[in-house]
Amino acid sequence: MTMSAVPRQVYLDNNATTSCLPDVVAEMLPFFSEQFGNPSSIHAIGAGVAPSIQAARERLQKLLGAAHDSEIVFTSGGTESDTTAIMSALRALPERREIITSAVEHHAVLSVCEYLAKHEGYKLHVIGVDGQGRLDLKAYEAALSENVALVSIMWANNETGTIFPIEHLAQMAKPFGILFHTDGVQAVGKIPLRLSNSAIDMLSLSSHKIHGPKGVGALYVKRGAKFRPLFRGGHQERGRRAGTENTAGIVGLGKAAELALAGIKDENTRVRAMRDRLEGELVARIPNSIVAGDVDQRLPNTTTIAFEFVEGEAILLMLSRAGIAASSGSACTSGSLEPSHVMRAMQIPFTAAHGATRFSLSRENSEQDVDRVIEVLPDIINRLRAMSPYWSTATGAPAAFQPAYS
Amino acid sequence: MWNYSEKVQQHFFNPSNSGVLEDANGVGEVGSISCGDALKLFLKIDPASEIITDARFQTFGCGSAIASSSALTEIIIGKSIEQALRVTNQDIADYLDGLPPEKMHCSVMGAEALRAAIANYRGEVWADDDHEEGALICKCFGIDAGMIERAVRVNKLTSVDEVTNFTKAGGACKTCHEKIEEVLGQVLTVMAAEGVIDTVPAPSCPVAPSAPIHKPMTNLRKIQMITAAIEDLRPTLQRDGGDIELVDIDGDTVMVTLRGSCVGCQMSSVTLSGVQERLMSVLGKPVRVIPAEAA
Repeated sequence: MTMSAVPRQVYLDNNATTSCLPDVVAEMLPFFSEQFGNPSSIHAIGAGVAPSIQAARERLQKLLGAAHDSEIVFTSGGTESDTTAIMSALRALPERREIITSAVEHHAVLSVCEYLAKHEGYKLHVIGVDGQGRLDLKAYEAALSENVALVSIMWANNETGTIFPIEHLAQMAKPFGILFHTDGVQAVGKIPLRLSNSAIDMLSLSSHKIHGPKGVGALYVKRGAKFRPLFRGGHQERGRRAGTENTAGIVGLGKAAELALAGIKDENTRVRAMRDRLEGELVARIPNSIVAGDVDQRLPNTTTIAFEFVEGEAILLMLSRAGIAASSGSACTSGSLEPSHVMRAMQIPFTAAHGATRFSLSRENSEQDVDRVIEVLPDIINRLRAMSPYWSTATGAPAAFQPAYS
Repeated sequence: MWNYSEKVQQHFFNPSNSGVLEDANGVGEVGSISCGDALKLFLKIDPASEIITDARFQTFGCGSAIASSSALTEIIIGKSIEQALRVTNQDIADYLDGLPPEKMHCSVMGAEALRAAIANYRGEVWADDDHEEGALICKCFGIDAGMIERAVRVNKLTSVDEVTNFTKAGGACKTCHEKIEEVLGQVLTVMAAEGVIDTVPAPSCPVAPSAPIHKPMTNLRKIQMITAAIEDLRPTLQRDGGDIELVDIDGDTVMVTLRGSCVGCQMSSVTLSGVQERLMSVLGKPVRVIPAEAA
């Protein structure tokens, strides 16, 4: 067997997770061995670790453009940061019984809010989006009041890359004394941030989305914002997140943050151009394909294209055999029968929603990766459409098909 | 993602009999684009012998939907329509060396399309009477929300334990009890609003604490625990007219015989994996449960 039998691996699922960069791994390794100390200890073995944690905190501060390094609270990842922010706001403002979020949030926010509404009696305002995934600003404005404890709205959407006008939303919430949280997991490292002169109170981020290790993340808490910890029982992170630090993970996140800051220009020039070429070529070569999301306000690395009359999982399996990793908003990849809540909120027609395929690039991608997808995907879609009862190969157009139940 | 068998992958990447059969005399169409999968099955049936001489399919759906369609056509070509009507969704799944529990509905769609196509050949109108629905709640036994709702409504169930007794859902690894409670709560609320029941009882979820294992288990203790766990499962199966008997234990392999309506039941392989999950959670270590006749 020759090496050419194995297709080159093309990884275009960076919104799911990214590779941990070799420089990041190299900085982490000593913290699994000789640098094993507990940063809380008095003795030299432990105390020697504390400055490394501090250095990571400062690197992350720079990436976020935060005013103070003490505004960073290290956590176990995006989900913990989201839960911490939501629960903190509700406990800090117990007399307020309303929450505002959006219909396209990650489940790490949406499920928590829905749980609180259902089981703890909170009134939940779920702000909808239009067909391009843009937030309904009128509905948002109408929901703001002094009864609202928390707004939690994502900076950029993981499925479509659509960017919300977060600073504007935070400014609107401020007069009501509302705590404003944003899930920045997809935005951090891809768009320049300056939280020092922002109205945002809290921001969640995750290390493994920016080429750092998994299992670590951070919550930015603006100095002066009311905060109640989720975990108690230790003085770590200035009493805001108890538990011995994930030292290796935090050091890795710090290095990843430094590299992300250095790479933001590349992300918004070269990566953006690759994404645009991929999207343009695919839409030109494949009829009945629709780009989902707000193409004018979008992360530079993400494109979601809905291919009508084919199903996403089938596309992903065929791409995977060609060595290409992508993702889908399709139901079948999650085991449920409905397309993703994001596609539904945008009211993408069912004919297309099931075939929504997401390509998310990173600084690690090259033009050859884009070429490979352009080379193989049109044939994959043709093959699947030839098998689909909703598509007529003869006319190259949708077919009339009315099955027994719907 | 999914652990698809080699067979599923083979039938997905290189499906047999895909496309349109121009001279078909029986066509079945099931599913919908909103559900995310749909299947159009074409049959050519010899009117004299009523033997299916050819079959083709068009499928919109995921990997396992396409693989199930391909497998279905291979199974039925050459069969009489009477023989074909005895093909179950489990036969399709077995032909593919199994499907993940979340994907069993793909094999159901195949079995339904077959019945619809034969009804079409006979000039009958095919009505879908048992379309599976709802989110999968219990992965061990493959029980969805629709099945739980029906059991709760018909039998006026009020606790998670009762739901387990009637549907088996939540009877093995016990991790889905919160979801069962949620479905139960929703159904009971609706039933109370409809006036079918008086009030909504607070769902109770007593979970038996499993004994912590501190020292190495003796063989005698292991046999006792397995025997007790199987005994615990019997009433659940007996309620469905089935039963289970412990035949032998060889190291980590537990051999059992399914009896009564479990014999030939479409769900018997699911039942065995549920028993296995249960034994593993009781013993706190991996075991393999196999039918005694396979040993």
